[in-house]
Amino acid sequence: MKQLNNKKDNNQKAGKTLKRLLKYVTSTYKLQFVIVLISIVISSLVGVAGIQFLKILIDDYITPLIGNVNPDYSSLLTAVIVMGVIYVVGIIATYIYNRLMINISQGILNKIRLQMFEHMQTLPIGYFDSHPHGETMSTYTNDVDTLRQCISQSIPQVFSCAISMISILISMIATNIYLTLVVLAMVVIMVFVAKFFGKKSSEYFIKQQKDIGTVNGYIEEMMSGQKVVKVFCHEEETKKQFDKLNEELCDSSTKANSYANTLMPCILNIGNLGYVLVAVVGGILAVNGILTIGSIAAFLQFIKAFTNPLGQVSQQMNSIIMALAGAERIFDLIDEKSEEDNGYVTLVNAKIEDGKIIEVKERTGIWAWKHPHHDGTLTYTRLRGHVEFENVKFGYEKNKIVLHDITLEAKEGEKVSFVGATGAGKTTITNLINRFYDIQGGKIRYDGINIKKIKKQDLRRSLGMVLQDTNLFTGTIRENIRYGKLDATDEEVYQAAKLSNADKFIKHLSKGYDTMIDGSGEGLSQGQRQLLSIARAALNNPPVLILDEATSSIDTRTEKIVQEGMDQLMKGRTVFVIAHRLSTIKNSDLIMVLDHGRIIERGKHDELIQNKGMYYGLYTGAIEID
Amino acid sequence: MIKKLAKYIKQYKKDSILTPFFVILEVIMEVVIPYLMAKIIDVGIENSDLNYIIKMGIFLVVSALLSLVFGMLSGRFAAKASSGFAKNLRQGMFYNIQNFSFTNIDKFSTSSLVTRLTTDVTNVQMAFQMIIRILVRAPIMLIFALAMSFSINANLAWIFLATMPPLAIVLYIIATKAHPNFEKVFKKYDNLNRVVGENLNAIRVVKAYNREEHEQEKFSKVNDEVYNYFMKAEKIVAFNSPAMQLAIYASVLLLSWLGAKNIVGGSMQTGELSSLITYAWQILSSLMMLSFVFVMVIIAQSSAERIIEVLEEKSTITNKENPIKEVKDGSISFENVSFKYDDGKNEDELPLENINIDIKSGETIGIIGGTGSSKSTFVNLIPRLYDVTNGSIKVGGVDVRDYDLESLRNEVAVVLQKNVLFSGTISENLRWGNKNASDEELVRVCKLAQADQFIQEFPDKYETVLDQGGTNVSGGQKQRICIARALLKKPKILVLDDSTSAVDTKTDALIRKAFREEIPNTTKIIIAQRITSVEDADRIIVLEDGKINGVGTSEELLKTNKIYREVYESQKKGEEDEAVKQ
Repeated sequence: MKQLNNKKDNNQKAGKTLKRLLKYVTSTYKLQFVIVLISIVISSLVGVAGIQFLKILIDDYITPLIGNVNPDYSSLLTAVIVMGVIYVVGIIATYIYNRLMINISQGILNKIRLQMFEHMQTLPIGYFDSHPHGETMSTYTNDVDTLRQCISQSIPQVFSCAISMISILISMIATNIYLTLVVLAMVVIMVFVAKFFGKKSSEYFIKQQKDIGTVNGYIEEMMSGQKVVKVFCHEEETKKQFDKLNEELCDSSTKANSYANTLMPCILNIGNLGYVLVAVVGGILAVNGILTIGSIAAFLQFIKAFTNPLGQVSQQMNSIIMALAGAERIFDLIDEKSEEDNGYVTLVNAKIEDGKIIEVKERTGIWAWKHPHHDGTLTYTRLRGHVEFENVKFGYEKNKIVLHDITLEAKEGEKVSFVGATGAGKTTITNLINRFYDIQGGKIRYDGINIKKIKKQDLRRSLGMVLQDTNLFTGTIRENIRYGKLDATDEEVYQAAKLSNADKFIKHLSKGYDTMIDGSGEGLSQGQRQLLSIARAALNNPPVLILDEATSSIDTRTEKIVQEGMDQLMKGRTVFVIAHRLSTIKNSDLIMVLDHGRIIERGKHDELIQNKGMYYGLYTGAIEID
Repeated sequence: MIKKLAKYIKQYKKDSILTPFFVILEVIMEVVIPYLMAKIIDVGIENSDLNYIIKMGIFLVVSALLSLVFGMLSGRFAAKASSGFAKNLRQGMFYNIQNFSFTNIDKFSTSSLVTRLTTDVTNVQMAFQMIIRILVRAPIMLIFALAMSFSINANLAWIFLATMPPLAIVLYIIATKAHPNFEKVFKKYDNLNRVVGENLNAIRVVKAYNREEHEQEKFSKVNDEVYNYFMKAEKIVAFNSPAMQLAIYASVLLLSWLGAKNIVGGSMQTGELSSLITYAWQILSSLMMLSFVFVMVIIAQSSAERIIEVLEEKSTITNKENPIKEVKDGSISFENVSFKYDDGKNEDELPLENINIDIKSGETIGIIGGTGSSKSTFVNLIPRLYDVTNGSIKVGGVDVRDYDLESLRNEVAVVLQKNVLFSGTISENLRWGNKNASDEELVRVCKLAQADQFIQEFPDKYETVLDQGGTNVSGGQKQRICIARALLKKPKILVLDDSTSAVDTKTDALIRKAFREEIPNTTKIIIAQRITSVEDADRIIVLEDGKINGVGTSEELLKTNKIYREVYESQKKGEEDEAVKQ
């Protein structure tokens, strides 16, 4: 019963998907689509006219000439030329709709891809954690690709077939209504058969697209970790796993195509059976003198003409069904819920005149929160980097709390550090400040404003972040640093690189700042990548900075230089630091020791050492906190 | 190209042959059925002969049923053959990629390989299905129609043949013009995949820097490139159907004109002309079908070339003939080793230059050096992840190039700096080291790597499911799981490439202590930034700009090596002073 309901839902869903897909066609390309439809009509009418032409030619132009000793071919010539002109019109119409359909289909694909990407940028971090990257990538290529053939070829063909079928149906009704009923009964059977195979096929096409996504995901993951595969000689295992997924894909693809391929012969031969039926019924009627022989003959021709386009349509079925399967996945991505952002407090550049904050356009190094109120007034609060946590509770999953009752305060200009065993929740805390994740209880205030009221973009703009996993992008080193501030001058880029001490190794590269690197940063060591990501953050020059194990792979001599540079840069600004090397955080204004999602100690280095608690143990290596 | 691909049809050869076979039978039925239909009209209906109609009707029903069976069979076989062929292609590529050396891997990008294994294969699959179904059907119909027209009137039928060569030329021009554009389309697809992939991986950076719009612009650019080349290619292909129509319409007009003259001249019947023109339409419809296949084949051609590139890529590192399978011990010796990456970057710089060192079996070696001093490169050469450019490396007294790769790598376990965990449970990830390992063994190595304790704290313990890349465990936990994974191999040589950077000092010390006590005979090479991680090693190598700057114990180096002393002092002094004060 449940399965039955599911199937019904699927049908409805497919209908909705189709409607939505057609909306893309009609909304953006209304005029072009109308021209396409007209061209298709012209093109198919020219085809029909061609058949009529022969009859006229023979009856009106050739027959009268037979027997003439000196036949006058001029009227015949005129007829042929007229037909030639009509044909040319037909050819032009064919070209026009083919050509315009390319605009439409490629335009839509372009639009859909962009729409997906734009939407993807608004999704919460949780989405990216839970969806294999390769599967999402598959949507952009494999799923969008299914639409190409469907829009550019199948839709016009279905339309042109529909036109021929309608015109033939009209002729049939005009000839004989009873025989038409026989034909219609046959059509009903065809529809049933088509529905059965269509449904089966679409089930498997949906599975095929899902499987291809899984395969894509697996390949992406394995390719990214290919070096680990090599190191562990895990090739055979990887192959085995791949074979399993590949086999599954092959299976669903075979089934989907089998059902789709079966459709055409079924429809065509039901047509043939209908033909026999009409011939027999017509024969009986003719023998009894109810129908003339001529009209039966004509009717039988109609049936042939009627089932032909039907066969063509069913041939397009697999591309349409496949496209619907792809479209469904595309729309799933587009419909995925965006990050919630109800913030209305924005971050602006400001200057201070007579003790008052005035909003300015240019970058002054002073920022202010622009806070609109219900009564229409605006207040400005200077950004100071004062962050407070009040009884914050958080868990990645609702009932698995990983941070308990976190209360802390980072005052303006302070360096606040988090220390604790791996997995104690240090990174999680920093991910809450910039609202990568939303808290489940308590409050976080930023300069006295609840961060939920701050527009996410502006909140994040006020926080620079350097993460342990340095994600770089394909491009030159210069471009990668410039990611921190897109309109930075070359001079600013060099400054940032010098500050982070990346300049030294960059200059060693043969192409210097114009050396191309790829996203995974092959060719650069982990430490060099970290230096680049620090340079990127330095260029960004944010009011508040979060350093999450930002220097873990950098050698200590370099780290010291980097640290000095960063301290210089961040003078007077709030910095959050997560580090394992305690030497780098010794000079913090506040050190929080975390254990299993709770703050168990807090204070300055000296105080914590005197307390002889966990920090002391960690620092001296006397106890293990894990 | 076809030959190279055809190899991968393999076990689906039967299906690939049966498909056209049944297509032919289906086509025969399709020819028989209209004949029977014509008979019903011409004989049965004309003479109001109901018996004849029923008799022919039964024939027709039987033929229709046969046609149905043949059609279904050909459809099924076609689906099986093409899906299977696609499967084999994917498998072939994936298997070959597994043989790739690091150099090969560096050459192809992940995004490009992903497109090749999915989008490109799908294109070839669709084209293949079209070829075995329609490329058989259409020519048969075409030949049949041509033969019939010749039997009706050979003098006029040549018109069809005359239109073929110009049509063929036009189609050839379309194909050659469109092909390079399709080629570019797929290259742009790689870029599109790359931008999406990088965006997905770096989504935290994107969001932290508010670079959503910048990313959109970037995407929009590659997206437009795909669009532009597709447009260019398809614009050319759009001439396809009109060209075919032109050829057929021209023949019809010529037929009408010349046919009319013949009829008037008395050398031809009107019925013959109408039959000829009917066949003209049939020729047109087979040509249209062919043109449909033709477009798919042009697209698939570009995809096929990209597939073959992967299939034919030869691994730069392969086994020698009769490789040695036994690694005697964990001794390592570098003899005048120089190395250069084969990627065109940094032409004149050698990441490693003239390295000479002997490491005894069971020794613990620390490696220290500045960022970019080629520490990772140094260790990657030992399990032959790259081949040396000059000189030689011996493990257990034998040149690494003489070993069977798998045997060598099983004995030399490297915990890579950029390490990766895979989606799956912790125990599945650990068993990469040894798939037959018992649960007790897992616990044992995890205890060694100081990972057991935190794993036991997870609600699902060793069955905890990791996300892709292990994003749901912290950096330090990840590193310890990776170490445990390597230990499970029970290697003779263990290399830790900065593998404890995110692990706290105390745990780091415990790991090293466990190594000393539990696996004393394993040669251990430890790259680290932290001086404490290497301090107690038997010998420490100081690398600087790809050269060995100094070798010795910590004490010796403190006296003799300036770099080491600096690093030592910068890290140690402050901490010790503090500790002493307490």
